[in-house]
Amino acid sequence: MKKRTVKIVSLLAAGAMAASLTACGGGSSSSSAASETGAAESAAESVSTADEGKVLNIEVWNNEFPNRLAAHYPGFEPADKDDATKGGTINGVKVNFILTDNKDNGYQTKLDEDLAKQADAAADDKVDMFLIEADYALKYVDAEADVAEPLKDLGITADDLSKQYKYTQDVVTDANGDIRASSWQACSAGLIYNREIAKKVLGSDDPETVQKAVADWDTFTKTAEEMKKAGYNMTATVNDTYRVYSNNVAGPWVQNGKVVVDDNIKKWVDDSKTMVDAGETTTNDLWSKEWSAGFKAPGDVFCYFGPAWLINFSMGNAPDGEDDGSIAHAGGWGLTNGPQGYYWGGSWICAAQGTDNPALVKDIILKLTTDNDVMKEIAVDDSDCVNNKEVLAELAGDDSFGNAILGGQNPYKMLADGAEKVDMSNISAYDQGCNEEFQKAMKNYFDGNASYDDALAQFNKAIVEKYPDLKAE
Amino acid sequence: MAGSTGSKAASGRDKIKSYNKYGYLFLIPFAVVFVIFQLIPLVQTIYYSFFENYRSGLKMIGPNFIGLENYKTLFQSGDFLIYFKNTMIMWVLGFVPQILVSLLLAAWFTDVSLRLKGQRFFKTVIYLPNLIMASAFSMLFFTLFGDIGPINSILVSLGLISGPYKFMSHVWSVRGLVALMNFLMWFGNTTILLMAGMMGIDKSLFEAAEVDGATSGQIFRKVTLPLLKPIFIYVLITSLIGGLQMFDVPQILTNGSGDPNRTSMTLVMYLNKHLFSKNYGMAGALSVILLIITGILSLIVFRATMKDED
Repeated sequence: MKKRTVKIVSLLAAGAMAASLTACGGGSSSSSAASETGAAESAAESVSTADEGKVLNIEVWNNEFPNRLAAHYPGFEPADKDDATKGGTINGVKVNFILTDNKDNGYQTKLDEDLAKQADAAADDKVDMFLIEADYALKYVDAEADVAEPLKDLGITADDLSKQYKYTQDVVTDANGDIRASSWQACSAGLIYNREIAKKVLGSDDPETVQKAVADWDTFTKTAEEMKKAGYNMTATVNDTYRVYSNNVAGPWVQNGKVVVDDNIKKWVDDSKTMVDAGETTTNDLWSKEWSAGFKAPGDVFCYFGPAWLINFSMGNAPDGEDDGSIAHAGGWGLTNGPQGYYWGGSWICAAQGTDNPALVKDIILKLTTDNDVMKEIAVDDSDCVNNKEVLAELAGDDSFGNAILGGQNPYKMLADGAEKVDMSNISAYDQGCNEEFQKAMKNYFDGNASYDDALAQFNKAIVEKYPDLKAE
Repeated sequence: MAGSTGSKAASGRDKIKSYNKYGYLFLIPFAVVFVIFQLIPLVQTIYYSFFENYRSGLKMIGPNFIGLENYKTLFQSGDFLIYFKNTMIMWVLGFVPQILVSLLLAAWFTDVSLRLKGQRFFKTVIYLPNLIMASAFSMLFFTLFGDIGPINSILVSLGLISGPYKFMSHVWSVRGLVALMNFLMWFGNTTILLMAGMMGIDKSLFEAAEVDGATSGQIFRKVTLPLLKPIFIYVLITSLIGGLQMFDVPQILTNGSGDPNRTSMTLVMYLNKHLFSKNYGMAGALSVILLIITGILSLIVFRATMKDED
């Protein structure tokens, strides 16, 4: 009797072991399964998907592209009306968004893994499209890597892309001159200022008056002193101005396999250190709670730096939305050029090499990034600065297209002019890692925990860890 | 007569033998799991530590055999000694209060003469922090101690400090927070282990000491502590090994940076940095060193605490 119990107990233990074993093996499924919906066939469908795969897998790092696709692609049936990332269907093809957070190269890592498996994946598991940012665009549009299909192979012609800004194409052009991605955004950016504070300290919230106070970095730092006297922070954090400096460098981060700190980036360090020591800004992280605290009315931060998407995507609800207590809701922001022209972010759509839905992918790229009607809709509905010269010219000339968040100011002329000037010749495939690690390392210098040289040494260490093929200066 | 007893004994031995067979049978699941998930990865890690093997962009470099090059790089930079020091500092900071508080609580809980009420409740409560995921716990502290977090708000409104104290920008506040979290998470566990040890001590020894007129302090020092030694060693070694592998708490608290200036970067966080860039060779070499350090430290602790008995 007793022995039998022992046996049963042992068997149970063995069973539990085996169960844990299978549990280990089964825990790695990663693709986000969209819930099935009995979506009705859409009427406004122009592309034939009959002989193509039944699943469209799209890799993204946030809900921006899912929202655009859901709102503006004709015939998209969302699985969940409130959450576009849950996917949906287009003409019977199931759309899956594979969402991976972008921080610390996380999205790139996931994308790399999935693209490496692309050749062996079952048709429905293949990545069909993926989104990329300027910071690492070069890695994915590389002709040798050949993971993004050249647009001309999809049948998209130079004529189709003629209305786009040149810089948006330069970024994604490979060594052979083939364009391998397309964007619906032109991300030229400016200085976004708090109108109330401008009135109080500078005497006016007119963009031209404000521009005079921030015309270059010397006047910028002088204005920062005034702001400090009035009890305001010039910027929310030193990282706000980082992109402005880093976009105006003389050479790329990586030259001949070596990491090089450009003079203008060194200038960012020096200017920022002065401002932090004077208490005119902080060393908080971008996107942190402390950073975005200045979005709330009345706000104690004079200005943020950003392109159109920062205004509409991050700063809060427009006046016609629900009152969330943000300055954006009150229409209390203004936009001006700032000390130096620059761009920030922007998302490019790539067709994954080996996709089983080429016709659908082609149509999505054409509709979202070249179609005048769709792009105007995006600009009007989402206040995005679209990558279409004709549409922007039309909007810039029409005063009725003022941006509610900017208190009715029409930003398009400024953004369109900026987009013509953006120069992307100094980007490298390592930019995301370099930018993130440099800001992280310099935080120690700003906080007084390290000398500049120590902080630089830390940056060099972090870069070699992240990119083992690079050498530090 | 004699013959029959002999055959009986023989059949008894057969029975034992046949039961042994089941023993091995039941060991198979463990052996399989161990070999697949522990032994093979261990051997592989050591093997790969001699190779140059990482990802550059979308291309995989290697594996190319480079001998001890990875180890050389690690030792030449000397960084890993700094991270080892960080790890040990944070472990000691957490372990000292942990063992003291646990000893005190265990002594109170096992002392029948105190007649503590609600023992079960408190035993459960002190163990609870251990049930929370370390990363969630760390995230909670990150929010609590943020520049505009509740702790700063309270301190400012009480007038203790004039402006928010930047907990995440000072070496000892970050290390202190990591130690505090480890302490909070593990003192309950240690208390229960020590209690088990104390309850295993023969009650008559305490009674005898009391009859001899020993004070409770003397009983604790002269009777309880020496007899608690095996459990003590167990707690020390497991905590040391756990401490060397400290990762989730500082990783989440400092956003993976080990800031300020990498003073709270632990060995496993460093390892994680290499794994993040798929640098399997370097990560392997670091793992092997970690294994050796763990072995040596455990041996030292074991030897030092066992010496008296020889």
